[in-house]
Amino acid sequence: MNMTSDISAQAMPLSTTPPASTSGPVHARPALELQDASVVFGSGPQAVTALSPTTLRMDRGDFLALVGPSGCGKSTILRLASSLIQPSSGNILLGGREAAAKELRIGMAFQNPTMLPWLTIEKNVMLPLKIVEPFKRSFQRDRKGAYRDRVHALLAQVGLKDFAGHFPWQLSGGMLQRANLCRALIHDPDLLLLDEPFGALDQFTREELWQILQDLYLDRKPTVLLVTHDLREAGFLARRICVMSARPGRVISDKPVTLPQPRDIGVIYSPEFVEMTQGLRALIAQIRK
Amino acid sequence: MTEATRIRMMSLSLIVGFFLMWEGLCILLNVSDLILPRPSEILVTLWTRFPVLWPHILQTLYSTLTGFTLGVIIGVSIGVMIGTSRVAYGVAYPLLVGFSSIPKVAVVPIFVLWFGSGTTPAILTAMVICVFPIVVNISTGLATTEPDLEDVLKTLGASKREILWNVGLPRTMPYFFASLKVAITLSFVGAVLSETVASNRGIGNVMMTASSNFQVSLVFAGLIVLALMGVALYAFFSFLESRVTGWATRGTDIAVT
Repeated sequence: MNMTSDISAQAMPLSTTPPASTSGPVHARPALELQDASVVFGSGPQAVTALSPTTLRMDRGDFLALVGPSGCGKSTILRLASSLIQPSSGNILLGGREAAAKELRIGMAFQNPTMLPWLTIEKNVMLPLKIVEPFKRSFQRDRKGAYRDRVHALLAQVGLKDFAGHFPWQLSGGMLQRANLCRALIHDPDLLLLDEPFGALDQFTREELWQILQDLYLDRKPTVLLVTHDLREAGFLARRICVMSARPGRVISDKPVTLPQPRDIGVIYSPEFVEMTQGLRALIAQIRK
Repeated sequence: MTEATRIRMMSLSLIVGFFLMWEGLCILLNVSDLILPRPSEILVTLWTRFPVLWPHILQTLYSTLTGFTLGVIIGVSIGVMIGTSRVAYGVAYPLLVGFSSIPKVAVVPIFVLWFGSGTTPAILTAMVICVFPIVVNISTGLATTEPDLEDVLKTLGASKREILWNVGLPRTMPYFFASLKVAITLSFVGAVLSETVASNRGIGNVMMTASSNFQVSLVFAGLIVLALMGVALYAFFSFLESRVTGWATRGTDIAVT
């Protein structure tokens, strides 16, 4: 915890809102902030530290890729950010407030597309509008009008226009993952959390989806936190790459990607790109020992 | 002819063949109609006595469906309660298994003791006999819902109720409908059983009375009526199942790639 937060905590002893970053206009506050957040599963001698105290800060509109050896706690950070788990110590702030305050809308996509098998693609993608305010309020009224058009427009953007009425099992893995992206974005989230979303796809489909994701990102400018094993994926998409150490994980390197966006897929063969990924690769190889 | 129609034709000829063989064997072996009447005799009895049988059919149907409806309401409520809580699931399961392993025939005398003979014990028997398969299926369906599917809603900040409504219950529908097919058949058995023991109405009672009067073909006519009603009820819920939970039995459709 830094100095200013200590002072503000003393100034407002009754406040339950965690200190730091709460001052200033909403847009100046970081979208996501981990303050010495750690996660320990279990207790006593069987306790497993999934994440060592980690501090991480993401500004609005940032695109951060988190890379590192498996089991280093990358996914744990995502689960913390989405409130699926609570930190054992430290704070998680979303838009400058506690995660539970729902200051920010969150969209999340996992490696497994997790489409609900009993709903069509259209209804799967529409699901967040049924749950998340302010869309929830007029769901009954708009689900066959405005919301439906909204879903169809987004599906068209990722090339799934003709598959709105299909069921998930009728689609290929790549198509499901595109639908998954749509579901994560349909409610215009401020914070998009992606947990190895393209991990199970072949190289060509993956590159195709990188471009789709890049277009969607540049179009809507959410704050994106991407967890990935693929260094080229991180380099192609992100504006900033953080490397995590082996378990128990913490962030050991934090570097910006200076290549201008939008990037063409050919960029991954350029010398500077290769040099960057080689550097990351060497770093991860080193920490695995 | 498609594969499906061929199977349907064969199935039909098996049924017809069964009755023809029955008829043939009775004639060939000269079986007394006091032991085993011929299907043709049973059909004639069914036709001539149908006006008498009709109110009893309605009575049995009424007891079955009332008991079944109550059973579904109670079964679903208990199932949702213990299926959504890991603790409740663990705590209540042994008691439920204990209850469900009691032969339900044994509860009929108790219901007769409490409510006298008639419609009430028939309804109650139909109810208790069908509650357990529903409870077990609903709670298993809910308890085994994939955490991944629930996480999708949790990250959106959904409440427990929204998760139950949007993931838990739809996910459980195939289990629920599978249990309904079993439950309706059991309810029917329960109602007839209770009518046989303690009632003066219903198909069960007709068969009991006919049997004590040596109207053997009427007994068998009752049996045929029961079989037809059982098949009809089962078919109805099968149809409902295929309409509601088609996603779970997608069969041989080829994926679009």
